[in-house]
Amino acid sequence: MTSVIVDRRAQKGKSTANRQRVLKRLDGALKAEVDKLVARHKLKDIDKAVEVTIERKDVTEPRFALDPVSGATGKVIPGNDQYRVGDKIPHNPAQGRGGGQGSGDGQSDEEDAFRFALSREEYLSLLFDELELPALVKKDLLQIDETRFRRGGVVRYGNPGNVCVVRTFKASIGRRIAAEAQREEALEAAEAALIAARTGANPAQVQAAEAALRALQDDPEDIPFLDPVDLRHRSLVEVQSPCTAAVMFCLMDVSSSMDEKRKDLAKRFFTLLYLFLTRKYKKVDLVFIRHTDQAQEVDEDTFFNGTQAGSTKVLSALAKMNEIIDARYPASHYNIFGAQASDGDSFGVDSTESSAYLLSQLLPFSRYFVYAEVGDRPAQGTTSLWAAYRLIESDHFNMATVSARNEVYPALAKLFQKET
Amino acid sequence: MQAVRHLSGSEWTLDDLLAIEQICARHAAGYGLDTFPNQLEVISSEQMLDSYVSSGLPVNYGHWSFGKHFLIESANYRSGANSLAYEIVINTDPCIAFLMEDNSLAMQALVIPHACFGHNSFSKGNYLFKQWTQPDAILDYMLFARNYIADCEERYGLERVEQTLDALHALRDQGLDKYKRPSRLDTRKERAEQAKRLSVAQETMRQAEYYSLVPQIAKAAKQAAVFPASPEENLLYFLEKHAPKLEPWQRELARIVRKIAQYFYPQRQTQVMNEGWATFWHHRLINDMYDAGEIDQGILLECLHSHTNVIRQREYSSLNPYALGFAAWNEIKRVCEDPTDEDREYLPEVAGKDWLATFHDIMQNYRDESFILQFLTPKLVRDFRLMDIQTQEGLDHWTVDHTAGAEGFKAIRSQLSAAYRLESAMPEISVVRYAHDTDRKLFLQHQSYNGKMLIKNQAEQTLKHLKLLWGFDVALETVDQNGATLAVY
Repeated sequence: MTSVIVDRRAQKGKSTANRQRVLKRLDGALKAEVDKLVARHKLKDIDKAVEVTIERKDVTEPRFALDPVSGATGKVIPGNDQYRVGDKIPHNPAQGRGGGQGSGDGQSDEEDAFRFALSREEYLSLLFDELELPALVKKDLLQIDETRFRRGGVVRYGNPGNVCVVRTFKASIGRRIAAEAQREEALEAAEAALIAARTGANPAQVQAAEAALRALQDDPEDIPFLDPVDLRHRSLVEVQSPCTAAVMFCLMDVSSSMDEKRKDLAKRFFTLLYLFLTRKYKKVDLVFIRHTDQAQEVDEDTFFNGTQAGSTKVLSALAKMNEIIDARYPASHYNIFGAQASDGDSFGVDSTESSAYLLSQLLPFSRYFVYAEVGDRPAQGTTSLWAAYRLIESDHFNMATVSARNEVYPALAKLFQKET
Repeated sequence: MQAVRHLSGSEWTLDDLLAIEQICARHAAGYGLDTFPNQLEVISSEQMLDSYVSSGLPVNYGHWSFGKHFLIESANYRSGANSLAYEIVINTDPCIAFLMEDNSLAMQALVIPHACFGHNSFSKGNYLFKQWTQPDAILDYMLFARNYIADCEERYGLERVEQTLDALHALRDQGLDKYKRPSRLDTRKERAEQAKRLSVAQETMRQAEYYSLVPQIAKAAKQAAVFPASPEENLLYFLEKHAPKLEPWQRELARIVRKIAQYFYPQRQTQVMNEGWATFWHHRLINDMYDAGEIDQGILLECLHSHTNVIRQREYSSLNPYALGFAAWNEIKRVCEDPTDEDREYLPEVAGKDWLATFHDIMQNYRDESFILQFLTPKLVRDFRLMDIQTQEGLDHWTVDHTAGAEGFKAIRSQLSAAYRLESAMPEISVVRYAHDTDRKLFLQHQSYNGKMLIKNQAEQTLKHLKLLWGFDVALETVDQNGATLAVY
């Protein structure tokens, strides 16, 4: 019958399993919520905490319960400071019939909705229809190396401009102490020889010893303050390091054939690529290029929401991308990624021209270019753009058809494969 | 004799908590508080939310509804709408008290006497707890339930188990034996009986198959009588025993849900008494500790500050069980020690008696309803300025029927007592007929008092769950006290 104390704090995550169950049950409602978020969120918001609101009716637990409004109700209320027997008190409109009821019994089921935060994994799983995303960060992708200079310690030879004064003086002091010590030793030896000669009583030896000692004393060996051997230089070594900046070009056909559903798929496609790139690179710039028969660089809002009439000319967007690369994103400093979403509509020679342009002008500078043909089967994969792009043979290019959310990832899968 | 520890400051160690528990034990023994051994468990806020979800039980089976409650509670907590309890305790032996890690030393000095001596002694002494719960068996039973349900999930599929549990949970309030005492929880016996029940069930099914092949001979005459002979209030029990289509494992699930609901029944009937009792004793023990020099003034003041918050009663609001209970127990003490003529008139059996003996007697033998009916004093009604208000469906106002005063006292007392009768808050629904010889339809009746009706859409949804379990049609009607039908669902 003794009391005990237990520290339970280390045990965590007891509710995780039940959380998974409720999320599974809420699947439909959550997907609808996430759809709304996708429409509203910017690509860059992907890493922010995602809060969703769930209607309680999606997860009701019905019971047999008495209707508080029905029949006759009596209750005892504390704090009466103004009413007398027979007085009438109007029902509080805000609380219905309550007059302060309900707060005591911990039942909060009357509220309509509740909010909670989804973890990133949960959000992504909903975003891409329960696709198991690989651990993105671990994957190694094609990357360019940037040459930089890094300090490489101190060396003896180098450019006078790089002299390291402190280390040079240290070396000088050391050298001087060592030289002094040598001379001291020689003097001591000469003195000892003189004493030994004197005890030997041989004048010639004494004289010789005296001369040797005097020679040492009179010739204070000149120890230079600074010697060329003292010099130390800072060194810089060349290192190859992965470039940490990337730019992602989002190219989208916004002609009228691209409806909301297609744009939604395109947005998910861009989101996933962006997500991947932010895992990989410190800084990712986004460039949005929309095109009909003319290409324009626009901001994100306009990109996803603006509409524009016109026919379709893919080449214009590719040319625009090239132009922006030349102007702002030199390939030596940026990892260049291209993501193109289109329904594949393209007319005349545009397809073949675009394909040739991509291969000759863009792919040489790009880390990766991926084309997603969004839309419905069976038209997908039979378009002229698809046919033209299919002829491109490059490790840096990939294309896929995306007609449902869970096909977004396969389109990018090659990108996530580990380099062997 | 252990050296007296002087506690001060706000930081604490596990040893400090144990020291508080031992100091309290010494003082509590002086008052004759009989407790189960204490098991103090320090937990984080997340674990406190876990505890909320399973009503304080440290072990629970898996179900999405617990996840939902966790999400709601943690959202409320994060948004600052609710603060978390400082402690949570349930009637187990040993008595497990969960203490929040965020509590200051003073808060721990407050919650340890509250939970480990107040609630603990109440659940060991009160007749409801003694009769209806087995504190030494519940944790084993929960473990058994969790494993059994996990096993079912593996065997029969997550979805079917979830669907069954959803339906059973909807009927949880109708799974109580309100008047007869339930059988003892015994995990070992439960397992043995379960095996027996399963084999009997299989045998019955084999026989049924056999009999369906031979011609039926005059069985009808035997079954003409109405079944059940008297209405059955425990729906879950009835389903477990008589539902034609349930599989054996589903009957076991019904049994588990029913047993757990039953376990919390005494707690729901003694809220005011129990919280008042615990509040009275933490207040007393803290003062004793201060008088003995075991805690310093800073701790005492912080404790009193929290204590005052706990017993705050807002005006024109629902009654705070802590405030009402604390005041009621203090009143009983006052009537024992210093009764007025009024007290002698209304509480003759208490006035002038030894307060400690009276306390133990009341704690052991009453529940909220009878406690209020017997021991509410006119002074308390005046101090709380209680009034009794009434309204009718269709009216847009309340009418004040009684106010605190000599003439209103008895009416207010009985109204308040009735408010704490659990039966008045939960609809009374019973099985009146099972047409086992025809279409197997089940007839339920909701007995309405004061014209109270069921919430229609909720009732219909619940009925859907019930039909799923029953496997055949189910009819539910609301009848008034004369037996006239008021509504059909």
